[in-house]
Amino acid sequence: MPITINGAEHDLDVDPRTSLLDFLRTGCGLTGTKKGCDHGQCGACTVLLNGQRINSCLTLAVMHDGDSVTTIEGLGTPDAPHPLQAAFVRHDGYQCGYCTPGQICSAKAMLDEVAAGWTSFVSDDVAGAPKLSEEEIRERMSGNVCRCGAYSNIVAAIAEVAEAQA
Amino acid sequence: MTRLYTMDKPDERNRLDAMAQGIIGRPLDRPDGSAKTTGVAPYAAEYVLADCAEGVLVLATISRGEVVEIESAPVLGMPGVLAVIADPRMITRSAQGGAGKSPVREIHKVDYYGQPVALVVAETFEQARDAATRLRIAYRADDPAKVPLEQDDSHAAHEAYGEPVEQGNLDVAMRDAAHAVDVTYTTEGHASAAMEPHASIADWDGNTLTAHSSLQMLKYNQKELADALGIKPEQVRLISPYVGGGFGSKLGISAELTAAAVAAIELGRPVRVVMSRQQVFQCVMRRSETRQRIRLAADGEGRLNGFGHEAWVSNLPGEKFAEPVTQASEFLYRGEHRRLRIDLARIHRMTAGSVRAPGEAVGMQCLEAAMDELALASGIDPVELRLRNIPEMHPSEGLPYSSRRLAECLKVGAERFGWDGSDRRPCQRREGEWWIGTGMATACRVHNLNEAQARVTLSTDGTAVVESDMTDIGTGTYAILGQIAGEMLGLPPEKVLVQLGDTRYPPGAGSGGSWGAASTGSAVFAACESIREQLAEQLGVDEADLTLKDGTAVAGNRRIPFTELVKADLTETGHFKNGGIDEKFAIAMYGAFFVEVGVNAYTGETRVRRMTGAFGLGRALNAKTATSQCLGGMVWGIGSALTEELVFDPRDGHLVNHDVAEYHVPVNADVPALDVVLVDERDPAGSPLQAKGVGELGICGAAGAIANAIHHACGVRVRSFPITPDKLLDQLPEL
Repeated sequence: MPITINGAEHDLDVDPRTSLLDFLRTGCGLTGTKKGCDHGQCGACTVLLNGQRINSCLTLAVMHDGDSVTTIEGLGTPDAPHPLQAAFVRHDGYQCGYCTPGQICSAKAMLDEVAAGWTSFVSDDVAGAPKLSEEEIRERMSGNVCRCGAYSNIVAAIAEVAEAQA
Repeated sequence: MTRLYTMDKPDERNRLDAMAQGIIGRPLDRPDGSAKTTGVAPYAAEYVLADCAEGVLVLATISRGEVVEIESAPVLGMPGVLAVIADPRMITRSAQGGAGKSPVREIHKVDYYGQPVALVVAETFEQARDAATRLRIAYRADDPAKVPLEQDDSHAAHEAYGEPVEQGNLDVAMRDAAHAVDVTYTTEGHASAAMEPHASIADWDGNTLTAHSSLQMLKYNQKELADALGIKPEQVRLISPYVGGGFGSKLGISAELTAAAVAAIELGRPVRVVMSRQQVFQCVMRRSETRQRIRLAADGEGRLNGFGHEAWVSNLPGEKFAEPVTQASEFLYRGEHRRLRIDLARIHRMTAGSVRAPGEAVGMQCLEAAMDELALASGIDPVELRLRNIPEMHPSEGLPYSSRRLAECLKVGAERFGWDGSDRRPCQRREGEWWIGTGMATACRVHNLNEAQARVTLSTDGTAVVESDMTDIGTGTYAILGQIAGEMLGLPPEKVLVQLGDTRYPPGAGSGGSWGAASTGSAVFAACESIREQLAEQLGVDEADLTLKDGTAVAGNRRIPFTELVKADLTETGHFKNGGIDEKFAIAMYGAFFVEVGVNAYTGETRVRRMTGAFGLGRALNAKTATSQCLGGMVWGIGSALTEELVFDPRDGHLVNHDVAEYHVPVNADVPALDVVLVDERDPAGSPLQAKGVGELGICGAAGAIANAIHHACGVRVRSFPITPDKLLDQLPEL
């Protein structure tokens, strides 16, 4: 079975050593997904796999027969940006831009996780529906390193989108 | 035509405020934001070149010695492998910022553990990576016991760095002081750890080497690469429109660029080399670890008579750079009896070079912690102590200061934060298991200017283009250069296209030392002034009487749109030079940090709960991007205070924590909602824009404020950064 990326089917005819990240970047030309550490430490390569966020550097492409992947290019485009992409621009939630696609993919899945009732380490009540405070956003976004230090603005951008969705 | 602007005196005209467009300083979104947030902005490794081969560097596994043999044959037999290259044109260290010539490139001689010694090239990345892992290299290693790996190693050579300051008699001042502090602080090595690993794609057409590379200062990098390859600078074209962070690590060229270039020349096809994260840590740049002895001698009112700041740092043999720890100490505080000096030890760790705010980043945090100790010793509010020690003239050189908003920053920051410095005794506030404390520090960073050129074209269609090889490493260059040109030429920002990061454009200042905006921005300013004069001449009015707004020229009672006025494209190159303004004034950026921390009474964990920074950095050209730069600096301050340290194995000098999992940069949960205030300022000596530097100020002293807050919270004074829990644990007070 092929792999579906941003709605388009791609053949998985690759070297078995190829990570999903390298397949996206080199095999598919989708370089919006970034390689920052190649070891699952920085989050720059975050994509949505069947709707959930993963570090695409930590999984091999050949393991994803039949899966569906959404990358930053699939979330929105310069002409039709996703609300998170627009909010990151408004709030200056980035500087060099290299961690940014990963931050935005991560934020998209994170908001879905909250909507689905997933709690976090900082949730007051692990049984109830989580309320998305700034502390919750910081905790849930800590898998995405931003060395430029745009965290305050990233939180503001995500909070604005979350509020609009609520 | 070229318009030269030489900065040899303050520019009191303050032209930008007199312009009509009204966009300078405004918090506009970056024009590059859309491309960055949607993933279409191309970074160095992301260009598609036909038939591009992939290279992977191989690093040395000894601390000093030589490569005896590279066993290429078995690897060359692996599928897809094209070459194993160890060529004398390949550099083995990164170039220092502004070097403009090749760094050391003795590929067979090893000077530090992790030094590049070979490149493996294959058809695919997976093939090259596998082959690089399997490449066997035979070394002749020097006796590790005789290789100096630490500053206090008996085999390490030492030398004085720079011009020491020896003034009056500090020893006597210390003896006679009403309040004296004599303390030694240490900081560990830091890594820039920019998110984009160093990456280059090189292509050789037989005459010109074209490289897509992640670099901060192209005009120097072009010469560095040409020198290494033995070709002329005109034969090198570098392209870097998007750079995934630099923080000093991309000031000079690094090993992957020359390796890719040599491989491209040898193989006759494009070659891409991207460093792994571990390689970036091991063979690019470190900030030196420091030891700092600080002596402060004050009278009964806390006024400094004596000031001593002596630092011990390290670098590889042959490197000209030393962490300039005492840079701001030269002029920040008063004290006629002074001793400032830097001792440089030659040791075999990877190259020490510029990491965000070289000098002040670590110098200020220790000085400001020592100042807190003086505040406690004298019983004076730490804010008041600093206010009392702002000198009237440069204490050694007698120069006047240019605009200096330190006092305003201290006051504005204190008010905004709700600072109460009346009682600084520790352990007064506890919330459950958390000791709560506050601390503050001064921010200071010298202002640097660099020669820069930029070309501005005003077109017949009423749009403008700005071109320079200047880079935007996340700093906001695209935004601010567009705003400067738009303000001067009377165009809304969407009518100005800024094109950067290509050596085909005029040489800008490059991004380094916080000088990019003031220097390249001034080149844009100069070009625009010339274009304004040409428009005025065409209209027969004085340039000063010309109003340009929204693409229309207004002169007297005439209003003429550019589309009618500009008959042929007007192109001007602005050329900005520092004409010695910094020899007439002490020019710097200032600020103040205020922090509240919680220290866990059981674990010694420190959490930053809130943090305010008030900054006087001259004119902010874009309030949004300037604020972001300050935010980022403060985040670095948190890392420097609490978590960041390079750990070297004492046996062979190898970097133990060479990745993001083990070298702990702050993550989102480590950073509270930071508060930044830009104190309004125009500094006519800073640049014709009245702007100074922004990118580094936010880190300079921030960690000191956190250290001071930790002491206020729990009473433990840690003089060794980072302040990790283990350093607090056995001294925490009983609950």
